[in-house]
Amino acid sequence: MSEVAVAEKVKEKSEPLFSKKNKALISNPLDDDNPITVQVLGICSALAITVQLKQAIVMSVSVMFVLAAGNVIVSLMRNMIPNRIRIIVQLVIVAALVILVDQVLKAYVYDVSKALSVFVGLIITNCIIMGRLEAFALGNKPWPAFLDGIGNALAYGGILVIVSFFRELLGSGKLWGYPVLGQKVGALLSDGTLATEATGLYALGYVDNGLMILPPMALITVGAIIWVQRARNTKLIEA
Amino acid sequence: MAVDVNSNKYTFIFATVMVIVVATLLALASESLKPMQKKNVANEKRQNILSSIGLEVSAADAETAYDENLVEALVIDANGQVVADPAVGAFDIDVLKDYKAGLSNIYKSNANDMEAMKAALLEFDNGKDKPKGVNYPMFVLNKNGENVYVVPVVGTGLWGPIWGYLTIASDGMTVVGAVFDHKSETPGLGAEINQASFQKPFEGKKIFDENGEYTGIKVMKGGAQGSQHGVDAISGGTITSNGVTEMIVRTLKIYEPYFLQLQGGGVEEVVDTMVDSVGLAMDSLNIEEVVDSLELSAE
Repeated sequence: MSEVAVAEKVKEKSEPLFSKKNKALISNPLDDDNPITVQVLGICSALAITVQLKQAIVMSVSVMFVLAAGNVIVSLMRNMIPNRIRIIVQLVIVAALVILVDQVLKAYVYDVSKALSVFVGLIITNCIIMGRLEAFALGNKPWPAFLDGIGNALAYGGILVIVSFFRELLGSGKLWGYPVLGQKVGALLSDGTLATEATGLYALGYVDNGLMILPPMALITVGAIIWVQRARNTKLIEA
Repeated sequence: MAVDVNSNKYTFIFATVMVIVVATLLALASESLKPMQKKNVANEKRQNILSSIGLEVSAADAETAYDENLVEALVIDANGQVVADPAVGAFDIDVLKDYKAGLSNIYKSNANDMEAMKAALLEFDNGKDKPKGVNYPMFVLNKNGENVYVVPVVGTGLWGPIWGYLTIASDGMTVVGAVFDHKSETPGLGAEINQASFQKPFEGKKIFDENGEYTGIKVMKGGAQGSQHGVDAISGGTITSNGVTEMIVRTLKIYEPYFLQLQGGGVEEVVDTMVDSVGLAMDSLNIEEVVDSLELSAE
């Protein structure tokens, strides 16, 4: 760690808030260094919560808050944290943040807290968070650490949104809970009755793909995204 | 820096201070936010109860709307009889806690015998083995001038507890409405039990068959196909759907004697013999009995 700290001191000149290097902290994770498709981190939560678009976005926002705040706190404490217990220190910081967020949500925005339910626990276990704290925040100043947190959370959220878009659309014919492909027989109508006739695509005999709502399809969708990304960005292809 | 951050002494001090600071912070947050959280939970409970009789209100209006519509909150014992002077009020009974206690009792008392445990669990699921000394709440609400009976149900889904409220009409057998919720069911699959598209079909279903036998309501795979006692299951959410069935059948079984009284079936055997001997239609008798029991309960 001391080498990193020394290297950091050398560069200690004032640089603009959005210098080229700082901008790269946000843009890099979006493509070249994507946490999900390139580093293959955070796959577990990407499988669990991409059935619906809404949940994917709630999860992304929560991860962004925890990652940015965790990065800043660890970065502020980076010269105080004993090297041998740094992982456990990071874990305590992340866990405390998540619990705090959960408690505040429960008291002030109960609806959102209910929507988050199981995801709160998933945030703590998200390896992207621990990964960024360990790899970046421990060796950098708060502002770059903050940007790095935002960048990685955006990249993570981006993939989540793409995957959940396809899974919700093809799996249940809805987007954000609204039936965009037409009404199915037995669906609840706005006047509180159940639909007896199919409309839209369903009237033409279209059927939802039930496989899309099961976890394996999240993996396959992520795989397809990796394929598209590497076809466009050839420097990601290993040997 | 003068301090060696990697010395043993510093590491111990750092860890101790960190733990104390974090624990204090979390304890403070938890304690100071608890009253608001409790209020939110109570209001959600009121919202759910109202929603099961078809009234959708916001969390802010829940308390007034609940007080306006509540006729009385009853406490029922394991035999389905009203407890006159309960130690804990109906609204404060934690049905989930009692349910868990009932389950762990079965686990403990049959710890050495798998077969006996299975049998005991089956009895419990069918509502035959009712834990003694446990009371059950029932909320009598007013819906368009009619008394309806809201019963809280709790059970087990795939990943954690599921719960809800089932409302029975004053005839003691027709479902007026149902709401369900869950702690951690799979989004898009089992979690759909809290959606109106799952809850709506419960309306108008019957918990007794035409012979007056208790059936409960079953969540069935492959469609209920016009059954009076079944609704469609969620595809991909089989275990959650089974949990809902188990929860409803077991809980309503406890209230069965009360509902029989509502139907006027408190003298069920007598009615049966009368039907046999006189050959009267069950329905016409039932109406008289209902009127009688309504008059009785009005007194």
